[in-house]
Amino acid sequence: MLELRSVDAGYGSFQALFGVSLDVKAGEAVGVIGPNGAGKTTLMRVISGLIRPRAGAISMEGTDVLKTPAHRIVSFGIAHVPENRRLFPRLSVEDNLKMGAFMPEARARYAERLAFVFDLFPRMKERRHQLAGTMSGGEQQMCAIGRALMSDPKLLLLDEPSAGLAPVVVQQVFELVKRIRAGGLTVLIVEQSVQQVLRVVDRAYLLEAGTIRASGKSSEMLANDTIRQAYLGV
Amino acid sequence: MMDIFDIYLLEAVVNGILLGGVLALLALGLNLIFGVIDVTWICYAELVMIGMYGMYYLVQYFGLSYFVAAPLTILLVAGLGALLHLLVIAPLLSAPPINQLLATGGVLFVLQSFATVAFGIDFRNLGIRLPVLQFAEMHFSYSRLLAFGVALIGMVLVYLFMKRTFVGTAIRAISQDRQIMALMGVDTRRIYLITSALGGALAGLASCLLVLQYDIHPFVGLSFGPITFLICVLGGLGNFVGGFVAAFVFAEIISLGGLFSDLEWGYVLAFAFFIVMMFIRPAGLLARRS
Repeated sequence: MLELRSVDAGYGSFQALFGVSLDVKAGEAVGVIGPNGAGKTTLMRVISGLIRPRAGAISMEGTDVLKTPAHRIVSFGIAHVPENRRLFPRLSVEDNLKMGAFMPEARARYAERLAFVFDLFPRMKERRHQLAGTMSGGEQQMCAIGRALMSDPKLLLLDEPSAGLAPVVVQQVFELVKRIRAGGLTVLIVEQSVQQVLRVVDRAYLLEAGTIRASGKSSEMLANDTIRQAYLGV
Repeated sequence: MMDIFDIYLLEAVVNGILLGGVLALLALGLNLIFGVIDVTWICYAELVMIGMYGMYYLVQYFGLSYFVAAPLTILLVAGLGALLHLLVIAPLLSAPPINQLLATGGVLFVLQSFATVAFGIDFRNLGIRLPVLQFAEMHFSYSRLLAFGVALIGMVLVYLFMKRTFVGTAIRAISQDRQIMALMGVDTRRIYLITSALGGALAGLASCLLVLQYDIHPFVGLSFGPITFLICVLGGLGNFVGGFVAAFVFAEIISLGGLFSDLEWGYVLAFAFFIVMMFIRPAGLLARRS
């Protein structure tokens, strides 16, 4: 579904990604793990078009994504839940969800998508008129995921969904990712909570200092000595 | 004696409210541009001036009725707002604020000079004189009542547009987080252009209303440009509710201040009040943004 080939990317004189190649197949859940500053967020931003790679190729279902302006990439079926959620804090929950359905294809089905998201997150329906910035971190994460689902994506990009959340809430977020997957959605998830993410995804990549150092099935990654020592503290 | 004074006072209060309506409309336009694009259109009142000339030529030269000329003028000034954005603001979006301010200040002088050359410095008017309403010994001009009513309707329409439509919601969202708008499928350049056209349309609407109260000349913008800017600053730049409240505060000071002496004294008091407020509440009446 999604293919990255030898992608280089960075900001100004700083290069964050070096020749990253990565595949996500339809229906899969894929994780990208690695330490802070490894380039995980840059990877997500490059896929959704927020920054453009310096070299390499990115395609979605065989179509070259790089020829498309950033605001049209969502219409390929790629929805990005950014790091720190990035809700519009002074808009209501419902207005935040509305923004997720901005593109014409989704706008036409707004009522249907809203019903779907409210069904998935009954809490969001209760809080539909509340300002998004006044909700708890877990609720904001639900709203951010709901906003991404409003565009009826094929591929959901989740950037550190557990960041800044209490352990119990993190558990809920990962449960939620499982439920979303069960609905047939393809998921690419970037995480620092290695142990938890490896229990949710089918495969994972280890990204360190902007390069892919290892990849494999979740079970293989969990068994990998380097990963066990560096990230699982075993 | 006391009765007469009360009547005058009440008349001044009501006239202040009527004036506040149009000022609030202008403040909304300016705040919209600032809140969304983060740029101050110093030349905002000059767009109104051009709109007033538009009304004048459409009515006096082309013989159109006022009600046909008004929507055409609103479209004209909306187009002018969009053009201002494309030609002046868009190339300077990432420039320092002072450069943007100087550029729109330059546009102010260009428009004034253009009007002087193209239309001359004669005072003109539409030749429409609306009657004066007499009510309980008080006098209110219909042109002010009309301006107040239409300004309110205009503001309600903008409110509904901002609340109900996808584009309106995007306009509110964009000032809260510009960078992620692309993830929503929003082309920020398009939203900026629509906002600029909307700001222009509000200036156009104001020009249709003010042309019934003011004579038209190239410097007529000075009668309400500075005051609009002060209202926006007093209300907190970009704060729509603050601007609305501040418009009525200013209008009452002008109207009541003018009651005790000349009308000009009302303006003196209003500006003095502004300076004092800048010491007390520099971030605006209803300060929210830090």
